[in-house]
Amino acid sequence: MAVAGSAVGLGNFLRFPGQAAQNGGGVFMIPYFCALIFLGIPICWAEWAMGKYGGQCGFNSSPAIFGVLGRKPIWRYFGVFGVLVPVCVYFYYIVIESWCLGYAWSYLTGSIDLGTDPTKYVEASKSFYANYVGSAADGSLIGLNITMLFLVITFAANFYLIYRGLSKGIEAFCNWAIPIMAVFAIVVLVRVLTLDAPLADHPEQNVLNGLGFMWNPKPKHIGDSWLAVLANPQVWLAAAGQIFFTLSVGFGVIINYASYLKRNDDVVLSGLTASATNEFFEVCLGGLITIPAAFIFLGAIGVQDSLGSSFDLGFKTLPVVFEYMPAGRLFGFLWFFMLFLAAITSSLSMLQPAIAFLEEGLNIGRHASCALLGIVTGTGALFVVYFSKGLTALDTIDFWVGTAMLFVLATFEVILFSWVFGADRGIAFARIGAELPLPRLFRFVIRFVSPAYLLIVFAMWCFKNLPGYAQQLRQGGVPLFSILVIAVSFIFLLILTNIAGKRWKAETKDTSAIDKAISQAGFVR
Amino acid sequence: MTTTGWIFMLSSVGSVTILMIWCFHRVLSNPTSANHMHAPLDIDTHDLNT
Repeated sequence: MAVAGSAVGLGNFLRFPGQAAQNGGGVFMIPYFCALIFLGIPICWAEWAMGKYGGQCGFNSSPAIFGVLGRKPIWRYFGVFGVLVPVCVYFYYIVIESWCLGYAWSYLTGSIDLGTDPTKYVEASKSFYANYVGSAADGSLIGLNITMLFLVITFAANFYLIYRGLSKGIEAFCNWAIPIMAVFAIVVLVRVLTLDAPLADHPEQNVLNGLGFMWNPKPKHIGDSWLAVLANPQVWLAAAGQIFFTLSVGFGVIINYASYLKRNDDVVLSGLTASATNEFFEVCLGGLITIPAAFIFLGAIGVQDSLGSSFDLGFKTLPVVFEYMPAGRLFGFLWFFMLFLAAITSSLSMLQPAIAFLEEGLNIGRHASCALLGIVTGTGALFVVYFSKGLTALDTIDFWVGTAMLFVLATFEVILFSWVFGADRGIAFARIGAELPLPRLFRFVIRFVSPAYLLIVFAMWCFKNLPGYAQQLRQGGVPLFSILVIAVSFIFLLILTNIAGKRWKAETKDTSAIDKAISQAGFVR
Repeated sequence: MTTTGWIFMLSSVGSVTILMIWCFHRVLSNPTSANHMHAPLDIDTHDLNT
């Protein structure tokens, strides 16, 4: 449940629909499911198996687990990415999470007012958003205001839950948050699907056409066949990227969570169930709510403008939809509170790898590790909030850490699992306690297909995006400061790993019993 | 909504729904899996007593 909570996040409801509608509609699902089968689920299983193995050796943090699996100290330093990624992503994710709570509160109290003139709803929504996130000028949010108030509340809630521990805090919270999230999302879904054509002047803006806008296969360029979408590398890139982000693969979270499993716990069915739950939220709820709702009230042109950005779709366009919708305040509250729950279950998972790292690396207690992590992430969040103009700091950290480093970490993981630890050993270990056999194809996929897929997608992604962001860095300013923040965090973690390595070397358990169990489970070399 | 749109939507939504139901069915119905499920307090995270 905790891993499913980690995977289900804002991307399921805001990023996926935009990506699908922009990249061929229904036909986007072909590269999407290919990426799920050949990239997402195999790497997910590898992470679960690696995490459980590390846990059996007495370790819970990614650097220590990488060291045990790779059997050389250098691998600990590769494992640092498994702490750096969630911590740096947390810097901005907590800020977005607080926006969701703030919007939910604004709907509950009626303080979102887009006026009475429907022709001015869009401008009023954009203005509310710009004021709320402080996108007009750097430092405009510093002080006593609703944005900072909800950031503090969200931050405190996160650290209260993380302080209570994985089981009493995160797991217990996810156990009720995920069902509530599902109920809220289904209520909004039923509302959207029963709207028919609410605007009398625009009978063509109805539910069926809204679903069609999302799911009808369509070419990226006018005049092409929709099948031509499948020959477009950008579409495959978008699909692979979406699968990556949505499953929390390459995030360092699954390895940490799986390390708490016991010897006979099932990693195959658990991994598949967490992935399937995430896919249900993404395809069935995200895919049927966001775009159709926006289409019904704003039409094709209104939706098209906001497809490129999750923020535009979620925080500028949907408030306009709720303004038009009967009982919109109630549904606006349900929607944004549901997004908040989706976000908090993910943000909690970003803290736990660092907590585990600090506890086992520096041998400090829960109080000290929470305090240290609170200072680091609080400073990072304030950096993002201060440099709010155009959301530049947020965007830069998201690009370099939330996107590029995910590919890097996933590549290290696949190489470690398949070629260093050994795919055969890994598969045999995954078999222990498994209710479900791993598919025979898995060995071939994780050794050859997933690494090749990853490298091709990463190379394409770099080719497409790196020049633009490199140009930004050359100009200095906030993007360069953001890179410095990431670099300082990275160096800090490398130093801690170096210190911790000496302890880990002394504390590594004898793995002969685990290796014997692997042999009995079917590994023969 | 075109016919191919319906096909893509129903096959996508149907397949992930069936997969999720099947997974939960396997998790909840298998008697041995009950031994592998832990209540929150049963998970030893090594951090509760620090």
